[in-house]
Amino acid sequence: MGIEAPHDLLDAIGGPQPLVTEVVVEATDVHKWFGRLHVLKGVSMTVKRQEVVVVIGASGSGKTTFIRCLNHLEKIQKGRIFVNGHLIGYREANGKLVEDKERNIAAQRQEIGMVFQRFNLFPHKTALENVILAPVQVRNMPTAAAVEMGRALLDRVGLAAKADAYPGQLSGGQQQRVAIARALAMKPALMLFDEPTSALDPEMIGEVLEVMKELAREGMTMIVVTHEMGFAREVADRVVMMDDGQIIEEGTPLHFFESPTHERTKAFLSKIL
Amino acid sequence: MTVGDVDGGMASLAVINFDPSFFWHYLLQPSQGYLQGLALTFGLAVAGQTLGVVIGLLAAFARLSRAWPLRSIARLYTWVIRGTPLLVQIVFVYTALAAAGIFRFHDIQLGPFTFAGNIQAAIVALSLNEGAYMSEIIRAGILSVDPGQTEAAKSLGMTYAKSMRLVVLPQAARFVIPPLGNEFNSMLKNTSLVSVIGVQELLLSTNTLVSATFRVFELLLVVATYYLLLTTAWGLVQSRIERYFGKSTSAADGPSVLERLTSLVRPTEADDASDGR
Repeated sequence: MGIEAPHDLLDAIGGPQPLVTEVVVEATDVHKWFGRLHVLKGVSMTVKRQEVVVVIGASGSGKTTFIRCLNHLEKIQKGRIFVNGHLIGYREANGKLVEDKERNIAAQRQEIGMVFQRFNLFPHKTALENVILAPVQVRNMPTAAAVEMGRALLDRVGLAAKADAYPGQLSGGQQQRVAIARALAMKPALMLFDEPTSALDPEMIGEVLEVMKELAREGMTMIVVTHEMGFAREVADRVVMMDDGQIIEEGTPLHFFESPTHERTKAFLSKIL
Repeated sequence: MTVGDVDGGMASLAVINFDPSFFWHYLLQPSQGYLQGLALTFGLAVAGQTLGVVIGLLAAFARLSRAWPLRSIARLYTWVIRGTPLLVQIVFVYTALAAAGIFRFHDIQLGPFTFAGNIQAAIVALSLNEGAYMSEIIRAGILSVDPGQTEAAKSLGMTYAKSMRLVVLPQAARFVIPPLGNEFNSMLKNTSLVSVIGVQELLLSTNTLVSATFRVFELLLVVATYYLLLTTAWGLVQSRIERYFGKSTSAADGPSVLERLTSLVRPTEADDASDGR
């Protein structure tokens, strides 16, 4: 099945979100422990509007954990994360972080789209139902409007014909494109991609990356954890290398692929390229 | 020759006391009272099962709760109920509680109908008992749903309640429905135990007839046949329900239930390479 190049992804959701702030993500000194294991050791990152940041690093470097902290799928023990000006997951009480109410956390997550390595589509819902579930149930969008938007989104990711298919009837690449449409349907200000192509067969990686590239071109603010160096080279404004729970090097793709400075970065890139 | 002299085998044949016409009469032309007993058995089973599912849901959520007191209460409940005989529970709820002056079930008058105290007690005991078993089944069903589903729901801005209702429970239902059918089969038979607190269900109706006619063998054969009919009819309904839940995923228009469920947990080579935490 040929895949048309996707276009006008953000048109389908009524253009990019009006942004409250120029800085979309502001994470400072984020620490996380899993029990005794110190997995994030003071990670700081600033992501500006329309910026595409690619996070690379070896398994266990904490890159997945870090982006999961950005929408509070993981708790943090120290530091602050602001997305679109909101302190994520916590409120401050006497200089200490107290976990926020569930309702507030859920509201914050509406602004942050997430795409998972294993798609996590809802298997009991069709592709279209997957896309419109949250807009209808969470954003209280009228069903007719949601269906119209959902069909437009599926069309833009090249899956108009698959609107009524169940996830089990779709290939991995198709499922992941539905998952991207599902996240976009909430009109997020920021999209997080957690190794979106790692669970795909090689021949399906391209179709997913194509959608992500288009999204980047249209000005979506994105943080992408990936091993796809071609994508990083072509699309990233900035590449961030994580190792052992810390950011050890940060720069433009040109800097990274032509003249990395850190020994571990060089070692990692030589292995993966 | 006296009866006592004859050897065992011959004697039992000689004294077999079975009246087929009596059996057929009571099987095919049951009295009004007997049919009421049958209806009561069915009603008790439906009520007990329905409330049992509700209690089971609550207990399952309590078991999965983050609040330890809730978890402890639910654990205590399932431990006690599953560790004691249903018969003891029935007598305890109706007779023992009343004897100790803790609680007495009174008849409730609902217009022309009387909701008898012992029937109330029977429903309470049956549903409390069933709730403990259902809570385990429902809990296992919820836990069988890929945690990635909850994460996806959360990432879309759903609260815990919404993600449960819209995403997790519909998927858990597929795991819960087959054992739920088996539970109802057991429930149909377990209702016979409430005869000990004087509820005129099928077994007690039978016993009443037995005391009047002394035809134990024929009448127990009749009651066994009725239970068998009930459970067999339910078996047919059950297989229809299971087919219905598999309908939208039949081979013709989609993958099977199993395929759909496993499509989420399908392991890939990439998992090995995935970023650990």
